[in-house]
Amino acid sequence: MPIIQPIAGELEPHPDVALIEKVRAGDVSAYDTLVRKYERQLFRIAQHITQNREDAEDVMQDAFLKAYEKLEQFQGNSKFYTWLVRIAVNESLMRLRKRRTGKMVSIDEDIVTEEGSVPRDLADWAPDPEQNYGQAELAEILRKTIQGLPQGFRIVFVLRDVEGLSTEETAETLGLSIPAVKSRLLRARLQLRERLSRYFHRKAGLREMGSGK
Amino acid sequence: MTCAEFLALLDDLIDDTVTAEVRDGLQAHLGGCGHCEVIFNTTRKTIEIYRSHEIYELPAGLRDRLHAAIMARCKKGC
Repeated sequence: MPIIQPIAGELEPHPDVALIEKVRAGDVSAYDTLVRKYERQLFRIAQHITQNREDAEDVMQDAFLKAYEKLEQFQGNSKFYTWLVRIAVNESLMRLRKRRTGKMVSIDEDIVTEEGSVPRDLADWAPDPEQNYGQAELAEILRKTIQGLPQGFRIVFVLRDVEGLSTEETAETLGLSIPAVKSRLLRARLQLRERLSRYFHRKAGLREMGSGK
Repeated sequence: MTCAEFLALLDDLIDDTVTAEVRDGLQAHLGGCGHCEVIFNTTRKTIEIYRSHEIYELPAGLRDRLHAAIMARCKKGC
């Protein structure tokens, strides 16, 4: 049975390494610990990609089962979390493909390659804009706003900014170059900022000033 | 520094991956450009809001179903 080596450059092995060794030794409860640690993240990622709750539930379950079955193949040269995310992203894209009756689905979908991301809406925001909304209303605004992003931007933003993957890990997970991840991340951030400005701008007519029309 | 040059380095400033020298240049531009200051502050806030709010809650019962599926898989041979 292969012993997982610590990730190069890290002095201390990641805590997941010990749990994975336990699972390999037959301790299923150790896998439960890993599931509980990452279930929210995997569900969010699947939901962001599939934009469908049932699909996201299936993806999360399939991803954890697949990871469990393939645990022997995990060599420890990347973080377990990053490995899991890669499985979940692939499962999500497969699920989308099924839903669209076999049509190819890629993360490049909807990407418009025109240059220039010069922000248009320049209205400043209220100091704590989210305070103006209730929890449920705010969540709805955030969902609607991010759902409007092109998929290739949305996935990069979610992995990099929400789920905390590095630029390199995001590139590896999505099969993109590092410059492509950086370019998409900047556009995603700017587009989200602009869309949120419709809700979070300072009051007193600044919205009209910022519309640029 | 022009606004376009600032914008090209906006992510690096937000992620704090710039050298001290470049950061000084970016901060100097920010100090004199209200436009870029708004972009910088609101972009940073955008990331912070998405990081700090759970917009997709884990559905009730999903954890139990997943646990049952893993146990069923395990019975076939872990």
